[in-house]
Amino acid sequence: MNSTHHPEKIAALIATHQQRPGALLPMLHAIQEMAGFIPPESVAAIAAALNLSRAEVHGVITFYHFFRSAPPARHQIQICCAESCQSMGSEQLYKHAELTAGADCSVQAVYCLGLCANSPAMMVDDTLHARVTPAKFDNLINKIANKS
Amino acid sequence: MSIVIFVPGDSVSLALSADDIASVILKEAAKRDITVTVVRNGSRGMLWLEPLIEVQTAGGRMAYGPVQPDDIPSLFDADFLHGGAHPLSLGLTEESPYLKNQQRLTFARVGITDPLSLNDYLVHGGYQGLRAALTLPPAAIVQQVTDSGLRGRGGAAFPTGIKWNTVLKTESTQKYIVCNADEGDSGTFADRMLMEGDPFVLIEGMTIAALAVGATQGYIYVRSEYPHAITALNKAIAIAREAGYLGTDISGSGQNFELEVRKAAGAYVCGEETAMLESIEGRRGIVRAKPPLPAIAGLFGKPTVINNVISLATVPLILARGADFYKNYGMGRSRGTLPFQLAGNIKQGGLIEAAFGVTLRELMYDFGGGSSTGRAIKAVQVGGPLGTYLPESQWDTPMDYEAYTNLGAVLGHGGIVVHDDTADLAKLARYAMEFCAIESCGKCTPCRIGAVRGVEVMDKIIAGQTAQVDLLRDLCDTMLHGSMCAMGGMTPYPVLSALNHFPKDFGIAIKDAKDTANY
Repeated sequence: MNSTHHPEKIAALIATHQQRPGALLPMLHAIQEMAGFIPPESVAAIAAALNLSRAEVHGVITFYHFFRSAPPARHQIQICCAESCQSMGSEQLYKHAELTAGADCSVQAVYCLGLCANSPAMMVDDTLHARVTPAKFDNLINKIANKS
Repeated sequence: MSIVIFVPGDSVSLALSADDIASVILKEAAKRDITVTVVRNGSRGMLWLEPLIEVQTAGGRMAYGPVQPDDIPSLFDADFLHGGAHPLSLGLTEESPYLKNQQRLTFARVGITDPLSLNDYLVHGGYQGLRAALTLPPAAIVQQVTDSGLRGRGGAAFPTGIKWNTVLKTESTQKYIVCNADEGDSGTFADRMLMEGDPFVLIEGMTIAALAVGATQGYIYVRSEYPHAITALNKAIAIAREAGYLGTDISGSGQNFELEVRKAAGAYVCGEETAMLESIEGRRGIVRAKPPLPAIAGLFGKPTVINNVISLATVPLILARGADFYKNYGMGRSRGTLPFQLAGNIKQGGLIEAAFGVTLRELMYDFGGGSSTGRAIKAVQVGGPLGTYLPESQWDTPMDYEAYTNLGAVLGHGGIVVHDDTADLAKLARYAMEFCAIESCGKCTPCRIGAVRGVEVMDKIIAGQTAQVDLLRDLCDTMLHGSMCAMGGMTPYPVLSALNHFPKDFGIAIKDAKDTANY
């Protein structure tokens, strides 16, 4: 994941989405997909393109859990902590993950990945995993560590 | 002749190594010099058996599951390609009691067809609803939907036909159809399964809605947590457009309809319809005051039909088979079927589409087989994080919108989360408040501040200050009656039901709890 500011690429993405009705969310998604986060330096350009204030753009970025304003860790571990996964031990799994995941992983709680009949569920980067036990978690994390 | 093997491409199966299974099958077949075709179907909904693979045989589709990549060589050895016996054999899929005892209407094709094959869709009755709609004037389409008794499956259960009629009657140069696919409730996955398993039916339903009210643009607002659903929808939309089912002059009718997927960004409150409109327009998901109703002034201020995925996906069937066909299922004022989603601590979790009137006990024991841990079931939350916890005394009430309202409960989107006897309902009540505090949009005070105070009060109660229960009830009363939308207005449902039915978990005697019990 690239962690530098890419003014040209961002300008191109802004231009691509600028004319769409309700352009801000698609634009932010496109920027985050490319850069891994929404660089704070890009807020002024986004605001200018959509005739919004920087405060409005900042408000949108910080309102939604999905958008990040800083470069993410190398691996994103999202553990579902909603009721269904709680009923199958996600709380223990979350604690286990926080204790054992390496420094290049960020562990976040999310509220529902839609795999509720196969709880507990988690997503590592873009890959979903269901019926996750601490042992299965360790296996997955070891695989990631070996790859990188 | 090539043998057809079905390996689900549904998120659940993908989370359980289905991609590896598909590639191992192809490799193993090549090694043995056998020609096979692997179809990535949707899920049948028997989720405890996933990945459930099927082989097309002369006698029907034979199921095997739950399969892991290591099982593939032994499946070939057992001649599973011709339905051979194997420890993972489940027999003919269609004969499974779990499926046989359902009434699959909206989910008729899910798990059976290749979700992205338009030909499969047409062979299995697809686009018959649109064909029927194209022969009718707009008001007659709306009438069919009204007559079917279909009510909003997102949770509010508002009659779909009445909503459509308001949009039809409102004059405007531009109208919109918005599909709410922000399925954020824990314990729900029907929208996801449908979008991944039969995306064309949603597209068809939205197209019919567009013809009925005179809309030319549609949006599907899908959660960012559902990447596979977004991919499936985008592909299906491109295929439908290519085939003339979307775009200009739909099927030679002279009508235009464009459809676009909008990716949400992880805010639960955007499942509330007006917050969703704000989000699509590019703002924070802040709830709007009603009136005006979105049907009169909705997206970009224009008349807008907003329906849940399941409501829209049920419309093609109603148009194809007639309002009476659909209305004949169900009970009372709850007509048709609801896709129930059995989740949490349950042995046989999955999707059960059944006519209204089935009971929770039937779903949990006859279909679900009891808890996954084998312990006694203590409490069941129906209708998502804002739904009530039901104790055993309420499990025999027929699942019907009005019967549940009488219990002080909601069916919501049909999510059922089972908890065994290790669950601490005080902790779950605290979680309900905490969830509301995290997800509140912040517009109205009862929700924004009430939820934070609710967590504090619950912490005190859990620490043994049981006198705080009165304050908790006061707070819940304010949230119930003073919040702008269901987020703050329904958070008291799980909290009060937990308190009233499981007072021991709050450290109080039962007689105190029943004094003001309404939930």
